[in-house]
Amino acid sequence: MSDLIPDAVKIGRRKFFTKMGIFLSGFLGVVISIPVIGALLTPLLKKTPIVWRSVGSVDDFEIGKTVLVTFQDASPLPWSGPTSQSGSWLRRTSEDEFHAFSINCTHLGCPVRWIADADLFLCPCHGGVYNQDGSYAAGPPPKGLVKYPVRIRKDEVEIMASPLPITRL
Amino acid sequence: MNKLKSLWHWFDDRTGLSDTIRPLAKHLVPPDSKWTYVFGSATLFTFILQVITGVALSLLYQPTSETAYQSLKYISTEAPLGSILRGIHFFGASAMILLIGIHMIRVYLSASYKYPREMSWISGVILLGLTLGMGFTGQLLRWDSNGVWSAVVAAEQMGRVPIIGVWIARFILAGETLGGATLSRFFSFHVFLIPALLFGIIGLHVFLVFRNGISEPPEAGRLVKPDEYRTWYEKMLEKKGVPFWPDAAWRDMLFGLGVVIVILILAVVKGAPEIGAPPDPANIHTNPRPDWYLLWYFALFALMPRSIESVVIVFGPLLAITVLILLPIFFNRGERHPMRRPWSIGIVLFIITMIITLWSEGAKSPWSPDFSTQPLPAKVVGQVNADARAGAGLFYDKGCQFCHSIEGHGGHRGPDLTYVADRLTLDQMTIRIANGGKNMPPFGEKLSEKEMNAILSFLQTRTSGK
Repeated sequence: MSDLIPDAVKIGRRKFFTKMGIFLSGFLGVVISIPVIGALLTPLLKKTPIVWRSVGSVDDFEIGKTVLVTFQDASPLPWSGPTSQSGSWLRRTSEDEFHAFSINCTHLGCPVRWIADADLFLCPCHGGVYNQDGSYAAGPPPKGLVKYPVRIRKDEVEIMASPLPITRL
Repeated sequence: MNKLKSLWHWFDDRTGLSDTIRPLAKHLVPPDSKWTYVFGSATLFTFILQVITGVALSLLYQPTSETAYQSLKYISTEAPLGSILRGIHFFGASAMILLIGIHMIRVYLSASYKYPREMSWISGVILLGLTLGMGFTGQLLRWDSNGVWSAVVAAEQMGRVPIIGVWIARFILAGETLGGATLSRFFSFHVFLIPALLFGIIGLHVFLVFRNGISEPPEAGRLVKPDEYRTWYEKMLEKKGVPFWPDAAWRDMLFGLGVVIVILILAVVKGAPEIGAPPDPANIHTNPRPDWYLLWYFALFALMPRSIESVVIVFGPLLAITVLILLPIFFNRGERHPMRRPWSIGIVLFIITMIITLWSEGAKSPWSPDFSTQPLPAKVVGQVNADARAGAGLFYDKGCQFCHSIEGHGGHRGPDLTYVADRLTLDQMTIRIANGGKNMPPFGEKLSEKEMNAILSFLQTRTSGK
């Protein structure tokens, strides 16, 4: 019976099925990759809510002083443990004016230390220095400290839980 | 005994084990490939050691941000021989990176990357990158107050990449901030993804050794000619080749054994790095440092001129990888002996000198302010008037001592001021303090006139008396 089928058709069918098999496998590979890549990219695609965290009442902070405050991230995962914390150097400059500096040095992210008597922020990693208003003073950082949004609500000082500041090119 | 033998024969016949292994073990190698050839296998042995100790550690380690720290403490203090396990894994990592460097230098100097072994070199470069990646992600799994900063610093470096930098940074952190997902990401990379790639590419790398043969030691004047080489090599092996096992393998075994023994001794005597405070990214009392094999890179960021930094961070590694991968493409023939390739010796010496210098600077890290310094003791201040004594107090309070030393007390960011009065006039001192300097902030507006005068009085007493 197969003698009646011309060779051209036999080979054509073989090629067709070969290509079909490869195409289907490739297609399935792509389909399976979608949730895999999704898992890798989830943190980039999640929408972070805007959350204001209270760090104390207005009276807790002396004018002209800079203190370290810590607060929870905007939407931490339940198993984050201590890593759900963020820190900020909070400076009260007047009755109702607060500045919340990110503790991350703008050079490569190490936590800066406030030296009260010297009125300077010093970074332990590569020696970056910032003035009390967060502006750049000396060392490798390309710019001053990043500021987090801060507001006063009902006598409470609130900082907006913000992303880690990332220095661009 | 006979039962065992027949059992073995059955197993061997059905699996073909000795038929597969024998030709590999007995494959011919050049007779004069001797002690300089042990470093590749030594790297492989340390890798196997890492996999074994890594699996053991993964039985105890808890890879969530919340519990990793507790499990690390458990491994280090309570689990039987847990701290030694950690020690072997840490020194094994160090050994692997050191050996990969030596192996790479040996291959480069003897130009074994030339035809037909170009792919061995290229796969090797990829393995180098992956190994450094393992070292980096591994340090991070030591999830204490310093470990979290490895993730942050890596993310910040990636942030400098144009256009997509912030996305890469957030990809690394697994979020907008460091958090619960960050550790899981690095755990997956360190335990699953990168090892899978390593297994595959090591497989290729070792296969190529069998396919292309071990390179013969270079001879000055004997040029690599691609159209003639393979035939020449086969003939040479037929004439003088020796079976790898045992004629050459004994050196690999001995050296590999030595490496593992040294790792064990270090693990028992010195032990793995201490676990610090819990991984709180709001803890400002940290001194983030990479492990020793990346300390030179850390030093580079402190010492590099500020203006070129972003460019170096992004394009430096890219340039290095491109140059390395293209090496055997452009230079795959000709002389192999280092004496006929003086540039190769120069380049290796330059790179070794650069890395060692940066390493020692990184270890000292003089650019880090010394936060632990204490106010100058009375005998260092000496018999001085009241103004100068007040100045000595301000020298500490105002932060000068974090960066400047006097008689060994203080930091090394700035010049030593023990005898500064011999070098600078009063005017010069005033200008420097008021305006700052290259890495020094200006203090002009931070000091009252009285404070400035007190400090100047103090500094003027800093003389050797000559």
